[in-house]
Amino acid sequence: MIRALALVIAAMGTAGATGPAPTDFTLNTNCPPGFEKTGGVCELRTLYQFYDSLENRGLGGTRTSLPPHRDGFTPNQIDLGRYLFFDPVMSGDRTLSCASCHDPARGLSDGRPRSIGIHGEDAGRAAPTLWNVAFLKRFFWDARADSLEAQASGPLYSPKEMGNTPDQLLKSLNDNATYRRLFKEAFPQQRGPIAEQQVFTALTAFQTSLVSLNSRYDRYVHGYDAALSQREIEGLNVFRSFVARCSECHTPPLFTNEQIAVIGMPEPAGQPFDVGAEAILNSPKLKGGFKVPTLRNIARTAPYSHSGAFADLRGAVDFYNKGRGNAVPKGMTLYLHWHISDPKLTEAEVDRIVDFLGALTDETFLPQTPARVPSGLPPTKRGE
Amino acid sequence: MKKGLILGVLVAAVAFGAGTYFGRSGKQDLTISSSTSGASYSGGFKADAATKPEGVIRSVAGPAPTNIVVVKDGESIQAAIKAAPKGTIVRVMPGTYHETVYIDKDDIRIIGVIEEGRRPVLDGQKKLNDAILYSGNNFVAENLEIRNYKGNGIMGQAGNNFEIRNNVIAESGVYGIFPQLGQNGIVEHNVVSGIADAAIYIGMSDNILVAHNDVFDSVAGIEIENSRHAIVENNYVHNNSGGLLAFVTPGLPIKDTVDVIFRNNFVVGNNHPNFGAPGSTVSGIPAGTGILIMAADDVVVESNIISDNKVAGMIITDHANASNITADPESDPNSDRVKILDNVMLRNGYDTIPEAKALLLADGKVGRKNLDIVRVGPSPGSCIVNRHQYITAGVDDFAECDFTNTAATVNYLLPPVPPREIKPGERGKVVYLGICTGCHTYNGRMIGPPVQVIQALYMDNPQGLADFIAKPTKKRDDYPEMPPQDYLDPETRLAVAQYMLQVTN
Ligand code: HEC
Ligand code: HEC
Ligand code: HEC
Repeated sequence: MIRALALVIAAMGTAGATGPAPTDFTLNTNCPPGFEKTGGVCELRTLYQFYDSLENRGLGGTRTSLPPHRDGFTPNQIDLGRYLFFDPVMSGDRTLSCASCHDPARGLSDGRPRSIGIHGEDAGRAAPTLWNVAFLKRFFWDARADSLEAQASGPLYSPKEMGNTPDQLLKSLNDNATYRRLFKEAFPQQRGPIAEQQVFTALTAFQTSLVSLNSRYDRYVHGYDAALSQREIEGLNVFRSFVARCSECHTPPLFTNEQIAVIGMPEPAGQPFDVGAEAILNSPKLKGGFKVPTLRNIARTAPYSHSGAFADLRGAVDFYNKGRGNAVPKGMTLYLHWHISDPKLTEAEVDRIVDFLGALTDETFLPQTPARVPSGLPPTKRGE
Repeated sequence: MKKGLILGVLVAAVAFGAGTYFGRSGKQDLTISSSTSGASYSGGFKADAATKPEGVIRSVAGPAPTNIVVVKDGESIQAAIKAAPKGTIVRVMPGTYHETVYIDKDDIRIIGVIEEGRRPVLDGQKKLNDAILYSGNNFVAENLEIRNYKGNGIMGQAGNNFEIRNNVIAESGVYGIFPQLGQNGIVEHNVVSGIADAAIYIGMSDNILVAHNDVFDSVAGIEIENSRHAIVENNYVHNNSGGLLAFVTPGLPIKDTVDVIFRNNFVVGNNHPNFGAPGSTVSGIPAGTGILIMAADDVVVESNIISDNKVAGMIITDHANASNITADPESDPNSDRVKILDNVMLRNGYDTIPEAKALLLADGKVGRKNLDIVRVGPSPGSCIVNRHQYITAGVDDFAECDFTNTAATVNYLLPPVPPREIKPGERGKVVYLGICTGCHTYNGRMIGPPVQVIQALYMDNPQGLADFIAKPTKKRDDYPEMPPQDYLDPETRLAVAQYMLQVTN
């Protein structure tokens, strides 16, 4: 599988070059991989649909169904969302696209401790991966948005991120004849100029196609024991053991239970303490609380934590082994989650967890970066 | 003494003490009812007509498999499970086994063989984490002895239709028996002791029977947490810090505990010093608590013998009064609709905590030497029968229940749910769409060649295609090699081949 992945990535690099270069922009009429076109819209198909889960919550063990998810967008809407996602025209100064910080080459994250916005500003938090956002109900580290549509205005209009305004965004899209045509194709029922809601819908449609459920772990789940090495199975058993308790929060099949938890990860040196969900829910008991992040493709998204406190995966895992409250700032009271304990794992057990997390990598449905985008701007990520 | 759990009592006492003081004086005549007559509880879980059981269910894991393997002393249980097809009884002979056993397939039964009192012993030697981890459905564990693990004795993650019975579990970490996120399970006739949290812990599970267990010397005896439709009956629960618990723990993805019956249990002398881990929910239980209901709804307490618990026979509380509990805006913090039927309560609360004494005083009950039932925090819709029998604080405003027993409710179990039937064609389609389309499209080059090309090659030979994907060989210079799809069983490989050969876009 490591090899298969390398293949996929290698192939990705050449995909643009080998496909026929579009003379003009057309929207795909087929659904992305993993989706079946039924009645004109794309519906997700995965082996997990053959399983059940308690109260249909999509939480449990190996052969557990997924939580309810978003799908049902047309292929046109998904593909339009892809162009928007990669187009720097979306940002105030035309330098950043969504893909600058959610980069297909970096696990749909950006490889930075914290993201950097248009004017080189520290955005304060790390860019989460967008894999499997179709299954989430709450967005951002502090869970402050409750839909992908509601989430989108965050990065677009934040001065620390893309620094755009609704007026300027809609003007630049409406001024572009290609976008006017593509929006008409994607939203044939709607008259008039391109509206903000259409932009949000298209971005949502594209993001719901970012599905990663074909890792070696998944093959193990579906019944192929040899998909995981002995070390990875040991790691899985430590991960779900009640000594480490990782799966109590990072619960399969998505490796998040989507709850807010106060676990007391540190801030990197010089960063102010981030109160997280306390500010959103107005609840002092949730000071320092963050949404449990998914661990799928986690090996691809270093550095780790809401503010990039850990350079590598082992460091992030080892945090839990240093004992309850090991990084709580002096003089501060945090209501640490009861599953944050003092597990006293051996060094070997920590290594095995890291091995296991590597088996959660699957990027076979990685979207193709368009060779060109309608604005004519280079669809690049920010240069290093 | 740990008193974290009800630290806020004092504040609340003043608040509702004032309210109840006036109402009480007019209450002269007693309402006396008998549990052998009167209406039966009708509020609990009702199976829908399709799954309604015929007769009493005593087994939920389905018919016993016929395939049997035997593991002897010196051999590995896990090796046997790994080799076993689903639908296997793994018989474990007496002996000592040092291993963590995990079961990720359906229909596996681990059945110990007891010879003249000698059991198979799983011994974690205080080095191994958990004795048994299962996530398969229809799992059964019987007749085992489990000791010296650091995590849990037996832990389930999402397996449905489980049966855990006749096991002896001692000094085995945080939970003795802990099914989580499962539906339809039986935990019975287990002897569990020396556990640092709950001896038996039902977490986020539905349709559960916990019966005839002997649980002692643990922080919590039996805990029903964020679960629905559970009956806990005929258990002997003694010398724990807290005996029977019905909880809603905030911050879990399943937000409520509803419909729990505690009946016919012996809840005796639960005065063990609390040795719960700092930060754990149970570390806040005052040692000496018989039954503790926190934020759980529709808990019926009937015909238990509750005696010699030094703080109180029964505490009903909410999240606000539990200082070591985090917040969860999605959980209702109160214990709604508690129903206290006839119970035998003796010698409880003889050495209670100051907060409880203050509550008694607030109720105008001066000089009481004992305390059976104490309630702090709102508990709307609650009721009680024969309240005059007990020494209570904070329950004077409970209504009279309009039923006296739960005789009409046998249990909340379901017949074994048959495995979902998936037609090969359906499976073939889902595998094609969910996996193959990551590299193959109908008419374009992706990572692999176009499906049209494959169709031309294999039009009349689906078996040939199925064989290729199990063990792909390098075919084209300008393509990478295809990764093997050998994790799919042969039937599925053929189904996906057939599906791939007929797609048209
Ligand atoms: C400047 C870098 C940057 C850009 C550009 C950016 N994001 Fe983000 N994104 C982030 C950061 C940082 C967060 C986390 C912010 C937080 O939690 O407060 C985030 C969070 C998200 C989330 C929430 C994921 C989750 O698991 O909660 C989604 C969805 C998302 N971004 C989508 C987008 C889309 C769509 C665009 C383009 C319109 C975009 N982002 C542009 C940095 C960026
Ligand atoms: C109580 C719930 C909880 C438990 C238990 C838990 N985690 Fe986490 N985990 C979280 C939360 C919340 C975060 C985000 C914290 C932050 O960024 O400050 C997180 C973050 C992480 C990250 C970084 C993710 C990223 O994208 O940056 C890793 C890796 C991780 N956890 C692994 C583990 C492992 C391994 C275990 C078991 C040893 C574990 N977790 C146990 C809640 C939990
Ligand atoms: C990770 C990418 C990937 C996935 C997933 C994948 N394939 Fe392939 N497939 C390839 C590549 C690459 C080739 C070309 C191999 C070659 O020519 O050496 C190929 C070739 C084939 C061929 C042609 C064999 C021949 O004789 O020329 C068939 C048939 C095939 N795949 C079927 C499938 C089926 C069915 C699935 C899903 C169960 C699947 N593939 C999943 C990458 C993939």
